[in-house]
Amino acid sequence: MKHLLSIEDVSREDVERICARAAAFSENQQREIKKVPALRGRTVLNLFYEASTRTRSSFELAAKRLSADVVNFSASGSSTEKGESLKDTVQTLSAHRPDAIVVRCPWAGAPALVAEWTDAAIINAGDGKHEHPTQALLDIYTLTRRLGSLDGVKIWVVGDVLHSRVARSNILGFQKMGAQVTVAGPPTLLPRDIEAMGVEVRYSLDDLHEADVVYALRMQNERMQQAYLPSMREYASLFQIDERRLGARSLLMHPGPVNRGVELSDGVVDCPQSLILEQVAAGVVVRMAVLFELLAASRAFDPVPEHQSA
Amino acid sequence: MTRRREQLLVRGTAAEADLMITGAHLIDPRAGIDGVFDVIVSDGQLAEIGEPGTLTAGPDAEKIDGSGFHLFPAFVDPHIHLRTPGHEHKEDIETGTRSAAAGGFCAVLAMPNTDPVVDSASVMRSLREAARREARVPVGFLAAITVGLDGQELTAMSELRAAGAAGFTDDGMPVESAGMLRKALQYQQMSGGVLALHEEDPSLSAGGSMNEGAVNAVLGIGGIPSTSESTMVARDAALAGYEGGTVHMQHLSCAESVEAIREAKRLGYNVTTEVSPHHLCFTEEAVRTLDTRMKMNPPLRTEADRQALIAGLIDGTIDCIATDHAPHSAHEKEVPFEQAPMGTTGLESSFAACYTELVRSGLMSIEMLIEKMTCGGAIFGLQIPQMTIGESANLVLVDLEQEWRVGEDGYESRSENCAFGGRMLHGRVLLTVADGAVAYRQRSFALSAAPDVDEAAQ
Repeated sequence: MKHLLSIEDVSREDVERICARAAAFSENQQREIKKVPALRGRTVLNLFYEASTRTRSSFELAAKRLSADVVNFSASGSSTEKGESLKDTVQTLSAHRPDAIVVRCPWAGAPALVAEWTDAAIINAGDGKHEHPTQALLDIYTLTRRLGSLDGVKIWVVGDVLHSRVARSNILGFQKMGAQVTVAGPPTLLPRDIEAMGVEVRYSLDDLHEADVVYALRMQNERMQQAYLPSMREYASLFQIDERRLGARSLLMHPGPVNRGVELSDGVVDCPQSLILEQVAAGVVVRMAVLFELLAASRAFDPVPEHQSA
Repeated sequence: MTRRREQLLVRGTAAEADLMITGAHLIDPRAGIDGVFDVIVSDGQLAEIGEPGTLTAGPDAEKIDGSGFHLFPAFVDPHIHLRTPGHEHKEDIETGTRSAAAGGFCAVLAMPNTDPVVDSASVMRSLREAARREARVPVGFLAAITVGLDGQELTAMSELRAAGAAGFTDDGMPVESAGMLRKALQYQQMSGGVLALHEEDPSLSAGGSMNEGAVNAVLGIGGIPSTSESTMVARDAALAGYEGGTVHMQHLSCAESVEAIREAKRLGYNVTTEVSPHHLCFTEEAVRTLDTRMKMNPPLRTEADRQALIAGLIDGTIDCIATDHAPHSAHEKEVPFEQAPMGTTGLESSFAACYTELVRSGLMSIEMLIEKMTCGGAIFGLQIPQMTIGESANLVLVDLEQEWRVGEDGYESRSENCAFGGRMLHGRVLLTVADGAVAYRQRSFALSAAPDVDEAAQ
């Protein structure tokens, strides 16, 4: 693996290897000294064109726990506001020879373009409404820790699939691991022809109890203004996951941040079936595993050691 | 010279051709010509067509060995963007018409979505004046239907017509208001000039960058449903029928639009339409890699749509092929897909793409392709190029067997955003004679014929 641009680029074996390594890192995280020297001397650049707290801080933490140097570049306050193109920005930053660039941006496919303009390994940390592959990996990691395997597991993805990069990466990722995926939500928020992704489509939660795992998506206020929904109240009454709808043996997941009282009832967020905090914890170790995979594992046999080529 | 020129078309001065092309296979379906002949072009006119070896050229005539090649009437493209005035970094009159010549075109019609918009007689006159200096092949200009393309006020259509407007269009934008289009159709009864319509309902297409369907569902890119086009095609055909107006629907992309046109023609409305080579050759699958050269408006659609377009072209529902040649500079296209401007160039690859996809595959005859690539100007009142003795020569010499990679030698266009770039196609344009003057020679063909060129020069 040179880059992580899409969950489609990763094989089931790759996912299993990354999860196993994340599990090993997770044991480290229980110790008093959490830092390991795996990426000492490497530089990781966070290139963020969108506001992000969780993803960015977990990438930063992951890189630092592997002893890499981290530079953060965010679009606001940078030359992007002066009209510099993505290509020029990437080539300028590349002149500093980062080993990996973590890209978050509002445009689908931009990380793949960035990969053409630099020698660094590129990690897609969310591109438009396209993909968010590290979210899918950490969700798979969280679920396999709990369930052992996803083969035959029934997963319902509920809510605004249309605008969700998490939904697209997770559907593909869950299916790759053998799960059966159903999407549910109002028809205005499900992409036309979503069946082409091999999912079942439901417009109600009547059969939600069938799900082994319920994956709720974040509902954004602005969807009301764009007439995707008549009101938040109507959405909540039809699609909110609450104690009544959530099956007794179903697990609950959410990519965060949660709108309590909208897509999830207050009670289910903190119930024992909820994996939401485990997902957050998995974020750091899985991103450590991804950075390790791209910067250490696949380059272990690099014939020219770093200090000689510099 | 002016005697031969059509009023709607203008061109820079060029030497009248004196040529003898020997041994080429001539095909002109309208003139009923199909066979190997020698051809003499003298003082720019098609002087003689005769059995091989029976003609004698004048002493100054350049002799071109056409054996193994085909000679057709040159093509006409009723829909291109010359980007002038205002966007000369993408294309200008000289580079755009040079690109047309390299594609085998002897006449092109340019769209008015420039900066400033061609919505006044003064802009129209100055454009035509510039084309009299710079155009490599005859070019005509359409004027806007509404001032500034903003759909609020009609342009001075009669005055624009008098200044040389070949027709009217807000291309790039739909005439969103049915009431506004109705006024234009009524006014057309007096001013004349076909209304060429870009059919799109912005309330359905807003935020979209590609076809709405199975591919955009995976890519998470905003979709443009086919209904954003087909509902407007149906609406505007009904308006044209009601007002007795004449409309031309531009760049059809989907099956429902073909059906709407078929119905409009059945009802006897004065509706014509065109399809672009990229919609005939590609589907939304080509967008999967997010190659910005595959981003255009209307977007590439499904295989069923592509098949419906081909069927419509063959059964006559779709009248002609038009490239919608839409140049953009490299830095404008080298951005994430959703940020990239819409459009692909197409003049230089049009014939080869259609020949490879439609004729070599056995879907249509070469005669039909020639008809579809020559008749587009007639919709706007241009004469169809034909091999008629005594008329100004409009000829294209092609090597149907030559396989070439699009863009391998660069482009004559100033821009390189060609959807066919990098693809292997059959059929190479070797020589274009436009309105009696040699407008293009393919480089390696020109070199192989170099001794003759020297002789002619002496």
